[in-house]
Amino acid sequence: MRLSTVFREAVSGLRRNVAMVVSIILVTFLSLTFVGTASLLQMQVAQMKNYWYDKAEVAVYLCSTISPANACPQGQASEDIKTAVTAKLNEDTLKPFINNFYFEDHAQAYKHFQEQFKGNTVAKYVTKEQLNETFWVKLKDPQKSQIVTETFTGFAGVEEVRDQRSYLDQIFNILNAASLAAIGVATLMLFSSALLISTTIRLSAFSRRREIGIMRLVGASNFYIQLPFVLEGIVAATVGSLLAGGAVLAIVQFFVQGVLAPKLPFTNLVGLPDALTVFPILVGVGVLLAAIASGSAIRRYLRV
Amino acid sequence: MISISNVTKQYKGAPRPALDDVSIEIDKGDFVFLVGTSGSGKSSLLRLMLREDVPSKGSVSVLGENLVAIASRRIPQFRRNIGMVFQDFRLLPNKTIFENIAFSLEVTGASRSKIADKVPAALNLVGLSEKAGRMPNELSGGEQQRVALARAFVDTPALLLADEPTGNLDPATSAEIMRLLEKINEGGTTIVMATHDRGLVDMARKRVVVLDQGRIVRDERGSGYVGQE
Repeated sequence: MRLSTVFREAVSGLRRNVAMVVSIILVTFLSLTFVGTASLLQMQVAQMKNYWYDKAEVAVYLCSTISPANACPQGQASEDIKTAVTAKLNEDTLKPFINNFYFEDHAQAYKHFQEQFKGNTVAKYVTKEQLNETFWVKLKDPQKSQIVTETFTGFAGVEEVRDQRSYLDQIFNILNAASLAAIGVATLMLFSSALLISTTIRLSAFSRRREIGIMRLVGASNFYIQLPFVLEGIVAATVGSLLAGGAVLAIVQFFVQGVLAPKLPFTNLVGLPDALTVFPILVGVGVLLAAIASGSAIRRYLRV
Repeated sequence: MISISNVTKQYKGAPRPALDDVSIEIDKGDFVFLVGTSGSGKSSLLRLMLREDVPSKGSVSVLGENLVAIASRRIPQFRRNIGMVFQDFRLLPNKTIFENIAFSLEVTGASRSKIADKVPAALNLVGLSEKAGRMPNELSGGEQQRVALARAFVDTPALLLADEPTGNLDPATSAEIMRLLEKINEGGTTIVMATHDRGLVDMARKRVVVLDQGRIVRDERGSGYVGQE
């Protein structure tokens, strides 16, 4: 077996089927670009999750003038209650889990509310007393918020305990579903490109059936007959996946970092190192896909 | 060399078998004509000998290989010991004459030096040395068939199968091809040739096997196309 001969056959095949080769390149390029962006989206969601979960705090809302009577039978929380909550937070049972905590009084809550709802009519009607005084608790491990929640739920003068992560979870569930859907579509596209590769290779084999017949006649081994076709598929898919990798790098560099990053200064967006991690995966998937698709196509065609 | 016994080949959907209980022994160095009308089973028999097909019944043994039981991965190796020539030449149109002949050595993994050695020798044998660089479509039918012969013979196979090799050629060119085949046969290569060419068969006086409707109806040495009755 001489490899130079096999390569020569593969190159002549590529030259003869330019249109088909271009179609393989395009379809692997598109589907792998989709796969690449979908996986970067997954990375982005994971990164944001880490970032925001770390920032998430547990809010212990104290009873205000408008708190429902069933939660706050004794009305607005008194100074005694604030002292009791502070004491509880400083107790040995809770202290090891807490990084720090601070108290937000009516005035601060009002100020934050006005900032948050600037221009919204609700900001005009709300009074200081209606807003809860709150203990904001930052945990060492945000996963262990249950300890605080359990301690203060039903605590006299506490209206509600809320882990901010529960809000984040909703957002991340949506983002996660979106990126999973993207991966699903990408998988379908990969499947269709595998089918296209195998159809193309079979057509290529059909157009060279005379040569294949002669090769078999003179005793060429099946491996030797198949190799140029498999190489043809692999070369085309490699070009396509290199283009896809390049596209993913370009998207990250020019769109994510170039356009999005200046607009979202407080968000940690995926960068070139992430794209460079995805790059070899895309090329690997492309090559493997082409090898399997063209190999199985040609094997079925050559069955004696 | 070739031992075929009680072979029946029934193609799907055909009303009668292409070969019907055929038995034949061919020895090393034999030159055998397979004659008979179209559809008499000549090509089917050649296909079985090349292991392009398997019999429905019976056994086929060629060059010591049991072709009914041979593993499919061993078939290429087996075919390297057989040269095959067809009526339609089957040359690769995009390769030169030299490349066409070299191709059958290349696919078997022959070294460069072996190719440089054997291809000119084969071209010399068929008298086409000066046309090595030409493309097949620049050659006459007779020349193309000589190239096909050179390709079949380049690795000096023990057995050469020819399926109507002169079917597309005029009588003079046919005689030329026949002379080449006889020359190859004199070198010890066994030849089995299916043909319609009455003139060739009568002239050569070789072993003649006549097939009719898938059966062997005559098997005579030193005979002609019609027989001596």
